[in-house]
Amino acid sequence: MMAEEAILGYLENHDEISDSGQFATDSGLDHNDVVNVIKSLHGFRYIDAQDIKKETLVLTEEGKKYAEKGSPEVQLFLAVPQEGSISKEELQKLLDPAVYKIGCSQAAKNKWVQMGNQISRKVQHVEDRVKDLLLQIQDGQELGKDDNNSLKARKLTALQTWKGYSVKRGPEYAPRRRRTATDLTREHLQGGDWRNIEFKEYNFSAKGPPPESGHLHPLNKVKERIKNIFRLMNFEEMPTNRYVESSFWNFDALFQPQQHPARDSHDTFFLKAPATTKQLPEDYVEMVKRVHESGGYGSRGYGYEWKREEANKNLLRTHTTAISSRMLYALAQHAKQQSFTPKKYFSIDRVFRNEAVDRTHLAEFHQIEGLVCDRGLTLGHLIGVLQDFFSRLGMDKLKFKPAYNPYTEPSMEIFSYHEGLKKWVEIGNSGMFRPEMLRPMGFSEDVNVIAWGLSLERPTMILYGINNIRDLFGHKVDLGLIKKNPLCLIGIK
Amino acid sequence: MPTVSVGRDRLFSALGKSYSQEEFEDLCFKFGIELDDVTTEKAIIRKERHLDEEDGGVGDDDEEIIYKIEVPANRYDLLCLEGIAQALRVFNEEQQTPTYTLAGIPKDSMLKMHVKPQTSSIRPFVVCAVLRDITFDEASYNSFIDLQDKLHQNICRRRTLVAIGTHDLDTLQGPFTYEALSPKSINFVPLKQEKSFRADELMEFYKSDMKLKKFLHIIENSPVFPVIYDSKRTVLSLPPIINGAHSAITLKTKNVFIECTATDLTKANIVLNTVVTTFSAYCQRKFEVEPVEVIYSDGRSFIYPDLSVYNMEVPLSYITGTIGVSLEAEKVTSLLNRMQLRAEHSVLDDNNCNINVLIPPTRSDILHPCDVMEDVAIAYGYNGIPKRRLPSMKPLPLNQLEDLIREEVQKGDLSLSLSLFLYVLALLAFSYCEVLTWILCSNQENFALLNREDDQSSAVIIGNPRSSDFEAVRTSLMPGALKIIGHNKDHPKPIKIFEVGDVALLDESKDVGATNRRHLAALYCGTNSGFELIHSLMDRIMERSDAPEFLPGRQASIIYKGKHIGDFGIVHPQVLSNFGYTVTTNVSW
Repeated sequence: MMAEEAILGYLENHDEISDSGQFATDSGLDHNDVVNVIKSLHGFRYIDAQDIKKETLVLTEEGKKYAEKGSPEVQLFLAVPQEGSISKEELQKLLDPAVYKIGCSQAAKNKWVQMGNQISRKVQHVEDRVKDLLLQIQDGQELGKDDNNSLKARKLTALQTWKGYSVKRGPEYAPRRRRTATDLTREHLQGGDWRNIEFKEYNFSAKGPPPESGHLHPLNKVKERIKNIFRLMNFEEMPTNRYVESSFWNFDALFQPQQHPARDSHDTFFLKAPATTKQLPEDYVEMVKRVHESGGYGSRGYGYEWKREEANKNLLRTHTTAISSRMLYALAQHAKQQSFTPKKYFSIDRVFRNEAVDRTHLAEFHQIEGLVCDRGLTLGHLIGVLQDFFSRLGMDKLKFKPAYNPYTEPSMEIFSYHEGLKKWVEIGNSGMFRPEMLRPMGFSEDVNVIAWGLSLERPTMILYGINNIRDLFGHKVDLGLIKKNPLCLIGIK
Repeated sequence: MPTVSVGRDRLFSALGKSYSQEEFEDLCFKFGIELDDVTTEKAIIRKERHLDEEDGGVGDDDEEIIYKIEVPANRYDLLCLEGIAQALRVFNEEQQTPTYTLAGIPKDSMLKMHVKPQTSSIRPFVVCAVLRDITFDEASYNSFIDLQDKLHQNICRRRTLVAIGTHDLDTLQGPFTYEALSPKSINFVPLKQEKSFRADELMEFYKSDMKLKKFLHIIENSPVFPVIYDSKRTVLSLPPIINGAHSAITLKTKNVFIECTATDLTKANIVLNTVVTTFSAYCQRKFEVEPVEVIYSDGRSFIYPDLSVYNMEVPLSYITGTIGVSLEAEKVTSLLNRMQLRAEHSVLDDNNCNINVLIPPTRSDILHPCDVMEDVAIAYGYNGIPKRRLPSMKPLPLNQLEDLIREEVQKGDLSLSLSLFLYVLALLAFSYCEVLTWILCSNQENFALLNREDDQSSAVIIGNPRSSDFEAVRTSLMPGALKIIGHNKDHPKPIKIFEVGDVALLDESKDVGATNRRHLAALYCGTNSGFELIHSLMDRIMERSDAPEFLPGRQASIIYKGKHIGDFGIVHPQVLSNFGYTVTTNVSW
């Protein structure tokens, strides 16, 4: 407070404080305190402060020592007796090792002493000019250039930058600082102070503290939005809570031959426990075996020997289509007993692949799947429903490429034009389930199923600009990322 | 999907015209193949050796550009440049689909292959053919070798199902025999070697061969090895491992003898047909193949290759009705011609018409009329098919949607059950952050790290894990949550996280022997234990419990309607340190 009063008070009668350092010395104040007050007053525009910088010569630690005790060469000279000589060893004992070493070389250079095993004086009287110069610097006196250089070369002095201010009255100058309040308090109201209070201005460019709230995981946010899109399109969710599946439902029922590369241990997690499935619908298994081996329903079949042991092998499902095959089988059985009901099913759940983990691949991910089972469905219907679904996801521009998939024919890869990347990107797969899959289940010839699938991770990574899937999903995530990510606006236009 | 590397300039010369990359990509897109990458031989080598750009010199204009083309996994006829070029030329209506024929030679002057009965125990089938008066140049010769390689990788399932051997027929003397003999009695000089090996020693020798060692397991443990001899006991091949050096083909070879040994006869025929149809284009009598008679010891005899066309009658209404466009029969047959399928139509009566499709031996992928229908749709153009609305599709008003969700929640079998749903809302209100962790974990994480005993009767165990991260399916959500705080040590405290997800447990009563259970877990990690914070989330009856992952006396079971539905407590410090969390904070579960 002293410094603040002193500065504001001084400026009431003077135009300027030209040097805050001098001002501090004159007023008997600490310069650091003066600087802090200047900064604060400048911030509130009571004063205008200009930086000033000065370079001053100060003594180094070594220099300070010599200023006090004399230069090493003089200390050495004085240690040598006026008459006769002293042995090196004796002299060494009298002096500090550093002083002895520097003293020897400087005194010899000045031709003050005769060096050798025995050391003796060459002159009888010397002046300690170095000490005198150092004392002059300590007093703040200026030295000649040669002297300065020689001290600097001996590392006895160094330049130090000093920072201070020159100060003038500012636009808001007042001889005394006004008190401002940051908030209206009970005391202000009770004491009636509120009438005279000046409030500190709000800083609207500062960030407010983050509101405390819970956070949903980004993948689940996108998942919820997509679920809502399916519900809006009148699709029912399939019960996908079944990670362990038999090869039969995962592959055989889908007319995926037993030598298909996807059934390799390189691609699929097979299980040690529970290793095999004990129960399969036997009549249906027989039909599936027949269609693989020799066809039927107009098909040539694959012409190989189908093995029950392969079908019994348990695995972690490689796609949610394993659930679709169970659901469709149940639907066909129901249709045989009662009447056929068209169905629209969807699911979004975890699937597993025995793949190497990298930036874009994990051993597990989420598959989104939609399917429609009805009489008289066409490829045109598939294209129509894909346009409908993807435009709700914000992807209006689609095109379709012929593709191959063992259980769909025709098969179409879905491409969408990405406005940001300025190119077509593959976003999913689709097709009509093969008759070799549907007919053994018990569907009549006129029932078709159109279906499509995509991963949940890919659109989420694009949406949130995440490059490494491990940042999004798994235990190596950064919790900060989950908290930061914005609302999912998919499907809200 | 297999990828085929072809020289761009050679491809364009085979196509009879040059394309810009964009035009070519567009053609591929319509036909259903994909230009996956554009590169050069040097770039491929650089990539294999992980070298930088500078090392190879990028500015070589004379370097041949290579197109890497991805083809459908069931189109073996597209596994080489010749097949791709022919398919695209026919698609562009610049060429007719060739008709493949067998050379008309009398049966008694045909080359013969006698099959000995012992082969049935190891590799029971063989099919053969001869390409006469063939002319290779360097490019076609390399393509011939590459095609065999691609077939081995794909349909042959790395030679387990089928193995191909090709030989210079002029160095051999028929008839041939296909036998299965003790490895000790087979001696020959294998391809690329100078000295003769005994078969069992050869197997030992190839254990250090990077390319061949992965095929040894196919016959290694059999008491007899399959082997093919000519009439002078020259070894043609030791399938599926290696051919003999004696009959090796070269650029100068004029007559090629091809044998495919197999455990799957259907695939052996597809493989043989793919090789002979494609390369009969380089024979003097184009598209003609010389047959070989294969005679089994029981007297059955077969003539290979089987190049017969397969007839498929497909109703026009099925094709147009499934695609959803109306097309005349003539239009459909001309579309099919562009897909290498010869087709005629026959009128049955006023309203019905059948398309009679003649499927050539190159199109083994056509199994069912739906495959024919797809080819019509591809030739017509997928992107020209008018979109249609689903007959049963009515948009739902929003309030109906809410009813639907409520109904789903109340059913309790889908999504979150109602109480779980309310918990999630409560957790969000208490500023808990949702996490999503992996379902796969290590055996240690499931048991030992949680201070639990592995009872061997709860966890689903993976038989072929790539690493310890994927040994088992989680039996609780705890390992994932503890791993998260282990990786977020620097995150400001308190950490409040929750997860809703499934675990899987062994369950004898289920068809597959396991069942999913939905779990919810909440974890508080701060400078105090936060036991009361988790407690406040549990508006249920609690009982003292003694789960090993929690601190004794600092835990409880949650009992709802007399049923044990969960646990909570302060995580045992030993468990925390097991998961790499060593700072002195406590965690409540």
